This record gives sequence, structure tokens and C-alpha cells, in this order.
Amino acid sequence: MGRIYLDNNATTPVRPEVAEALAGMLKGCYGNPSTLYCIGQEAHVEMEHARDVMAGILGCNREEVIFTSGGTESDNIAVLGVARANRKKGNHIITTKIEHHAVLNPCKALEKEGFSVTYLPVDKYGMVDPADVERSITSGTVLISIMHANNEVGTIQPIAEIGKMARAHKITFHTDAVQSFGKLSVNVNELGVDLLSASSHKIYGPKGVGLLYVRKGTKILPIMFGGHQERSLRPGTENVPGVVGFGKAAELMAAEGPAEEARLLKLRERLWEGIKANVPHVKLNGHPTMRLAGTLNVIFEYVEGESIILSLDEHGICAASGSACTSDALEPSHVLAAMGVPPEKSHGALRMSFGRENTEQDVDKVLEALPKVVEKLRSFSPIYKDFLKQQQTA
Amino acid sequence: MAYSEKVMDHFRNPRNVGEMKDPDGVGKVGNPVCGDIMELYIKVKDDTIVDAKFQTLGCGAAIATSSMVTEMVKGQKLEDALKISNSMVAEALGGLPSQKMHCSVLAEEALQSAISDYRNKKGIK
Ligand SMILES: Cc1ncc(COP(=O)(O)O)c(C=O)c1O
Ligand code: FES
Repeated sequence: MGRIYLDNNATTPVRPEVAEALAGMLKGCYGNPSTLYCIGQEAHVEMEHARDVMAGILGCNREEVIFTSGGTESDNIAVLGVARANRKKGNHIITTKIEHHAVLNPCKALEKEGFSVTYLPVDKYGMVDPADVERSITSGTVLISIMHANNEVGTIQPIAEIGKMARAHKITFHTDAVQSFGKLSVNVNELGVDLLSASSHKIYGPKGVGLLYVRKGTKILPIMFGGHQERSLRPGTENVPGVVGFGKAAELMAAEGPAEEARLLKLRERLWEGIKANVPHVKLNGHPTMRLAGTLNVIFEYVEGESIILSLDEHGICAASGSACTSDALEPSHVLAAMGVPPEKSHGALRMSFGRENTEQDVDKVLEALPKVVEKLRSFSPIYKDFLKQQQTA
Repeated sequence: MAYSEKVMDHFRNPRNVGEMKDPDGVGKVGNPVCGDIMELYIKVKDDTIVDAKFQTLGCGAAIATSSMVTEMVKGQKLEDALKISNSMVAEALGGLPSQKMHCSVLAEEALQSAISDYRNKKGIK
């Protein structure tokens, strides 16, 4: 039974060209890029090529690209680094309720350091209202951090509009573009951002490597101290093979351009139309149009997400859930909660996220398995029984 | 986190699943931690549970423990059934991941609640 991987927002399979680039580095190019002799310089050249690729995608200078250990570290450096560097100017931060924990938890840590944080609400589609951002700005606001595209529901935020506002108020603006980098346009000047986080393993690159774009002149402090690597903002010998693999992955994404996104959109809509036609009591989460092409988040009422995932796994299908039961914290998705989805509904949320290995046949196989899975689970769901009884008496 | 083969077996093929016609006792409980719901139905004859069925909305562990508890109580005297604890159910399933132990509490509580429902109906204190 072939596996159908529908969890590409969690991570992606390393593509063959990237694996090859990685292997090449691991086998032959072990030099420390900070050294001057030939093998060090070889590593340096490879790494700087990756930096140029990133600068091209971001529309920035190569010096503004900092390689990190991944999206989480990039977010932490951005949030903690900018806040702490601007403490004299003010102690207020604006972010949203739907950020990844890599942004939310540094914000919580800053609250303990005396910062005050505004967590902006979102509408039922998971969209931030730029007017809310504007209203929240105070004379003490030192950072606005708003994600580009949400990992759970895929909603794309009006970053460019917020960017103009941030610039007008001279406030540093960070966006977590981990889910959009390589997929949507992330030109930092068009977006109007001062910092941008990206991660390699979401675009078919290796895990444990990412980048932070830092606009020249941005006041920021490191969160780790050591050598002079990455302009001392991220000291430590770089993960050179990882960076090179990330660079290769980004280069390939950029070369494919919007064609792949269009293909994913078709797959996603084929799946959603099929679900709507074959499974009653379903609801779409996320914005109808302003959404990542590969992201489909659906609530199956009267069932629980983990049990859907386990059942789909029996059919060789990998997906994710927003249910409290699947999270170690046993809390329902904070993103769905912010969108106004009550806990008993988010209990049945399933996220299916497409990637380059998915095909139409995959969608059709899912459409064969999923209705049966949901029907079986509903057949012994006490609340489905109550619902059916209510319908009979009504 | 991984479930034991026994948990997966009970999840895949839950025993005694469905609603019971004219049950002698019904236990309806919800899990305050994650919001899951379980209903357990029992038939009682001569102080002995002769049949048990369940309906559960919840995770793999919740469904498997529901299934297992119905197996465990069948043929048990009420007083013995009351001694069945959540850790006994979990153990019968070959153990549960630590963050899933709370799910087995649902099964224990549903059983207790079904038995007291039966006793209340009978006017037994
Ligand atoms: C929006 C968002 N931000 C940050 C991260 C963290 O990235 P990484 O896994 O590279 O640390 C993720 C990945 O789960 C994400 O989806
Ligand atoms: S019942 Fe919700 S986590 Fe098991």
C-alpha cells in the first residue's frame, strides 16, 4: 500500500536534488566556512551561494540574510532580539492570537520581562483586520509580529497593508513566513517587513535550518552569544550542509514558480468538493480564497480528530488534527478557538496539506477512505446519535 | 507516542459497540480535560452484568478503553465490577501512553455511573 502524505504543513519530504546536494556537502566539503584555507573557502562559497539565492527570493541584500537552526530560532531572535534592543524606547508588542508557538511563547517570556503584549483577534476566516493593528499602536510599541500564512488553516494575512502602517509609525515589523516562503511572493520591500522568518523543512529541504531576514539598520540583539558568524546575531559554526540543502530547495521552488501552487490548488479543491459531496456535516476552516493553495482544514462534526487520523493511517493516509486529544497539552487548537470555533467543533478538525508528491489519484483514494472512516466513527458517536434523534422528533 | 497493538485492535474493531435497547443502567460521562464523551449501557440480572455496550466520541485510547471495559464487566457481579479501576483497564490493553492515561478514567467513571444509575432505578442505596 503506497503511503499518501497529506501533512506537508508539518514537514515535507526532502526532494532528490536536495538530498544529492546535502550528500555532496557531507561527503566532500567539511571545511569550516570561517577559515581561510581552501576547504574552508569551498564551504564558504557554497554557503554564500545559498545566501544569494535567498537574497534573490527576498529582494534584499545578501548581508541581510541570517542562517539559523530553523523557523523557531528565527522567530525567537526576531521577537526577543528586537524587543530587548528597544526596551528604552518602549515595552509594547503587537502580535496575533493565531501565531505559531514559536512567536507566542517568546512573547509570553517577554511579558515576564515586563513587556506588555497585545494579541490581536481574527475574524471567522482567521484574518487579522489591519484597522485593529492601527488602533493597538501606542507610543511605546516597539514591535509588530504577524504571520504571513497560518500553518493550521492557511489564511494569508494582509501583510503589505500592515507593513505600510508599521513604516508610517516607524515600528519594526516582523513576519513569520515559514508557511509561505517559496510558495507566495515574499519580497520584503513589497511586504514592507523589517524581519522575516523562513524554514527549510517546509519546502523539501532538510530539517534544522532556517533563515531570518533582518533589514539593514534594524535594532536587534542576539539571544545567543559566541563567535562572529552570521553578523554575531546567530553565532556558532553554520550548519553548512543544511544551508546548502536549504538553498537548493529554495532555488527549485523559485524556478517552479506559481505553476506548482496552481496544481496544488486544483488538488485541494478536488478534495474539498469530493468531501462536501460525500460526507454530511462538514465545515471548511480558513479563508475561502486568501489561503495557501495546499491547505485544507475541515471540521467533521460529531467525531474526534485523533480517531480520524488513526483510522486514515490504517489506509496509509497521513494527516493532522486540531483536536485537543492530539496535542500533548490536551488543548484544542488556539487558532480555531481564535476564529470562534467552539471546542466541541474543533474536536473534529482535520488538516490535510498537499505537497509536490501528491497526485489526483491520492485525492481519489482519500475520497474513497475518508467517508467510510467518518461514517464508522459516527456510528458509535453518542452526540451523533443524539443529533439523529433530535432530527427525528423535529 | 504510539499505541500498543492491543489498543489498536480494540480501536479498529471495538467490541460491544452501539446503543442498547432498554438498558438497566446508563452511564454518561464527559472528559473535562479534552471534552470527550462516553456512554455505557448495562443489562443486569441477579446482581450480575449480563451485557454491556458503549458509544464514545474521543481519541483512540478513549475508544479502546471503552471497548475493553465492556469486555471486562460482562459476567461480573456488580460489587466486583465496581472494583475495576482505570489502571486495570489500561493494563488490560497493554498499557497507555502517559498523556493518554486520563482517557481511561472516562471508562471507569462511565462504569461507576452506569451501576449507580441501575441502583437508583432499583431504589438500592
Ligand atoms: C508558522 C510556523 N512558524 C514556525 C514554525 C517552526 O519552524 P521550525 O520547525 O523550523 O522550527 C512552523 C513549523 O511548524 C510554522 O508552521
Ligand atoms: S479522550 Fe481525549 S485525549 Fe483521550
